[in-house]
Amino acid sequence: MVDDAAHELDRDEVAKVAGLAMLELTDEELDTFTPQLGAILAHAQDMENLDLADVAPTHHPYPLVNVMRPDVVAEDAGGPELRDAVLAAAPDVEDNRFKVPPALGGD
Amino acid sequence: MTNKSATKTESQELLPEGWEMVIGLEIHVELATATKLFSPAQNSFGSEPNQNVHPVCLGLPGTLPVVNEKAIEFAARIGLALNCTVQKCVFARKNYFYPDMPKDYQISQFDEPLNIDGWVDLPVAGTRIRVERAHVEEDTGKTTHVGDSGRIHDAGYSLVDYNRAGVPLVEIVTHPDIRGPEEAKEYVDEVRAMVVAVGASDGKMEEGSLRVDANVSVRPAGSDELRTRCEIKNVNSLRSIGRAITYEAKRHVNLYESGKEPIQETRHWDEEAGRTRDGRKKEDSDDYRYFADPDLVAIDPTPEWIAQIAASQPALPAQRREALVSAGADSEGAALVVQRDLDSLVLAVIEAGGEAKRVLNHATNNLAIEGAEALSPSNFADLVKMEADGALTSTQAKQVLAEMVSDGSTPADIAAKHGFEAMDTGELEATLDEIISSSPQEWERFVNEPEARGKLQGFFVGQVMKATRGQADGKLVNQLLAKKANS
Amino acid sequence: MSKPAPKPTATDIAAQVRSGERTAVEVLEEHLAVVADRESEIHAFNVVIADEARERASAIDAQIASGEDPGPLAGVPVALKDNMCTTGIPTTCSSKILDGWKPPYNGTAVDKLYEAGAVVVGKTNLDEFAMGSSTENSAFGPTLNPLDTSCVPGGSSGGSAAAVAAGFAALSFGSDTGGSIRQPAALTGTVGLKPSYGTVSRYGLIAFASSLDQIGPFANTVADAAAGFEAVAGHDPRDSTSIPEQLRPVTPHLSDGVDGMRIGVITELMGDGELKGFEPEVIAQTRAAADALAAAGAKVSEVSVPSVVYGLTAYYLIAPSEASSNLARYDGVRYGNRVTGVNTAAMNTATRTAGFGAEVKRRIMLGTYALSAGYYDAFYGKAQRVRTLIIDDFARAYEDFDVLLSPTSPCVAFPFGAKSDPMTMYLNDTCTIPSNLSGQPAISVPFGTGDRGLPVGVQILAPMLGEVELFKVAAVLEGANQ
Ligand SMILES: [Mg+2]
Ligand SMILES: [Zn+2]
Repeated sequence: MVDDAAHELDRDEVAKVAGLAMLELTDEELDTFTPQLGAILAHAQDMENLDLADVAPTHHPYPLVNVMRPDVVAEDAGGPELRDAVLAAAPDVEDNRFKVPPALGGD
Repeated sequence: MTNKSATKTESQELLPEGWEMVIGLEIHVELATATKLFSPAQNSFGSEPNQNVHPVCLGLPGTLPVVNEKAIEFAARIGLALNCTVQKCVFARKNYFYPDMPKDYQISQFDEPLNIDGWVDLPVAGTRIRVERAHVEEDTGKTTHVGDSGRIHDAGYSLVDYNRAGVPLVEIVTHPDIRGPEEAKEYVDEVRAMVVAVGASDGKMEEGSLRVDANVSVRPAGSDELRTRCEIKNVNSLRSIGRAITYEAKRHVNLYESGKEPIQETRHWDEEAGRTRDGRKKEDSDDYRYFADPDLVAIDPTPEWIAQIAASQPALPAQRREALVSAGADSEGAALVVQRDLDSLVLAVIEAGGEAKRVLNHATNNLAIEGAEALSPSNFADLVKMEADGALTSTQAKQVLAEMVSDGSTPADIAAKHGFEAMDTGELEATLDEIISSSPQEWERFVNEPEARGKLQGFFVGQVMKATRGQADGKLVNQLLAKKANS
Repeated sequence: MSKPAPKPTATDIAAQVRSGERTAVEVLEEHLAVVADRESEIHAFNVVIADEARERASAIDAQIASGEDPGPLAGVPVALKDNMCTTGIPTTCSSKILDGWKPPYNGTAVDKLYEAGAVVVGKTNLDEFAMGSSTENSAFGPTLNPLDTSCVPGGSSGGSAAAVAAGFAALSFGSDTGGSIRQPAALTGTVGLKPSYGTVSRYGLIAFASSLDQIGPFANTVADAAAGFEAVAGHDPRDSTSIPEQLRPVTPHLSDGVDGMRIGVITELMGDGELKGFEPEVIAQTRAAADALAAAGAKVSEVSVPSVVYGLTAYYLIAPSEASSNLARYDGVRYGNRVTGVNTAAMNTATRTAGFGAEVKRRIMLGTYALSAGYYDAFYGKAQRVRTLIIDDFARAYEDFDVLLSPTSPCVAFPFGAKSDPMTMYLNDTCTIPSNLSGQPAISVPFGTGDRGLPVGVQILAPMLGEVELFKVAAVLEGANQ
């Protein structure tokens, strides 16, 4: 990988990125997406004209700090009612827990 | 706890000649808040599955995180205890897919953590372990694998409980300054004492409130290189920390000595088998795509706030040990008393007039019992005084102390209830005379055969104790025996 | 185009219902009749909740009868974009992956609308997860433009725009991440506001790009848009990015006029610079709007905001990056639809592959790439710096001007399929994106017509929390358009 915007995106990289994002692409999709993503990323080269060395990034358009809440349990938290509602919306459950095919790896 | 040798480090003694261990630890501490880090759901251990949830910590679409101020306070208290700089911090998203993570990213801190650059001085080993950072992050839920026979065609399934998802954690990361399993254990113990002391966590390893990952590598003794390390997960008791580190370090040495090299990976400690295993590797799991969480704003502690937290910080283990030593305790006893959280009691008893040596003796030997910390210092001091005055024997004092813990009565009342009244010397002498006259042969030998005296002294003291149901003062009996034999 | 009959305004309805002149049930039935008449053709809604709406309208009438005031939007039929969470009512983001999901909670804006006495009639169609500018990316089929059904209504809040334009609801709400309220407002001849970032709570708005998303109203009049904004705005402790300061009410200033106001037309967005593709009629109407404001007493001149030309580039890195993370949670574990697999990872992949449409996949991949190891600095990091340049350039412009002016969209409503290439579609957002990057408020007001007699939208931009100034200018433009 080359750390600059001029780098041209190829099919293998698109497949790798799809994997990171938990998406599977068909060969045809790879053929379509690769040039499309490449064209969008090519525009990022426009930014190379800008002198950004002394410019700080903006993560929030309105600068706030120290937004916190008191350590108090909410009225709408917990309990069997919320649990049942949430479990009822799940694709599969067992024993009041969310059931999934075997989870590999993890901690 | 053993003292390390003056010439060889502990790890050099455990490893083949010429090698030493290089260990860094990551401790995850669960904070004792009422609610989760970003969600107003209850934070408690042992609830029914999926009871402690709220739309926020379930990551339901549309929900947003808001930081729990108590979690930040606790995290700063831990940071200050670790001698860290508490600074402006930013929450970042660590992106990877796993079913116990409801948003499929973990909100953690990346390049701007709350606490940086601290240290812990180990009381026994005497070394200083540098702390790189202590950042704030959310815990994951719990995935349980069901019906996994290990065979590929019977992979079973997994069940997910989100009670723990979003519980606030502080992750404390050291530099690779630890040189052996005993140091590692001492470090973990010291950190545990600190987080409990500042009220930030209950520190219960068995409930997962404190979880340890160890980064282990080895190198030629005395060199300063850093070789390939392995991260060992799931070392969740003091005992397994020591075992896992030693096992892993030896594995590395064996690899190097047979011309191979360890590969950087995450390994899991198997307590039953007593070995580490390579974890199943998640593909591309190292590309976490960290970025500042746009749903959260920076936390920028003001100097006034930090000063206020520092000023209201409870006494730390090191300060508490020091206080005991100045009150007359030896350092090993002080460490034990602080570890058992009995130091404020001990100091109060000494303050109330208890003789330091006797108080420490009780606290280290006789008070490993539930509820001991609730003892009345003045009652405790009275007990020590009764013992010093000879009103109670040491055996009796131990028994009275235990009953003081269980029923809260005064030592005088308990002693009276059991008839533990000091026998006066005359009464004791009369009892002894009776025993001497009923055992003339033994007395004869006691008086005339110096080489048999030791054994027979035990015989006579035993007889007196039996006759007085333990109420006699053993020291006094010996004095009387000596006096009679020589008269 | 067919010129629809004048529709009852939200402010009139609320006044009539509060005074007892009309009942909320009457008003609702009138609107439901329009829905029955045209919804099958327009497809503005993913779901119409007529029964709940009738119950709600009756409850409001009961409140009135007992002397209570149901609030400033009493009895106003309202449509909500289907990315706003509503308790027990399906909320799908027009995605197969969430089809059928019913949230166990209301978003804050939804709660506030109920508190204001509004009657929610349904959830409106959108480009899947709000990613698009035409509502063609909905998994449930496109919404048609009520003014010309061969054309798109714009997007991504196309359903909300169409619902107001067609008279299905007096007021509707959408979300605007890169122009998703203002551009469809322009294309449907409605008024659309993107408020200052942080004025309307995002709690319960299903995230596309968290640092850009903002909820706002669609309305037939400027006064209605003001009433809609006032109903949903305000601090919310459940949203860490919600602005804690008290907001200024806008309604009292609607007839202040623009006498003496300094208004700058943004040079870079008038079609003769680097940015191309502006329809001449759109430019002509924007100039006419500027003239009308000058005639009303404003001091109008051109102003350069050079970095806005980089807005599109920065946006198409920032928004997909945030989206790639925000949309990770649709993994088939806890809610929504699942396609199973041999293990969890395979299930996640199958679920997401089947559940997301092409545009969503494209943006997730773009964002994943832009954030990945070795690329962060070149893409995401740089884009966040460009964002700072844009904010700085705006700040300089606002030293000399009270508000700025530009077209909302470079073109009027376009036919279905006309912009099938993603990059061509993205160019629709050229004029609207800078305000999302800066967080500042902007409003689109219809002004005249362009190609094929379709409405043109003119955009007014203001500094942070400058909604009062926006609305003063919008009201004057509205008057000049009649
Ligand atoms: Mg770690
Ligand atoms: Zn961690």
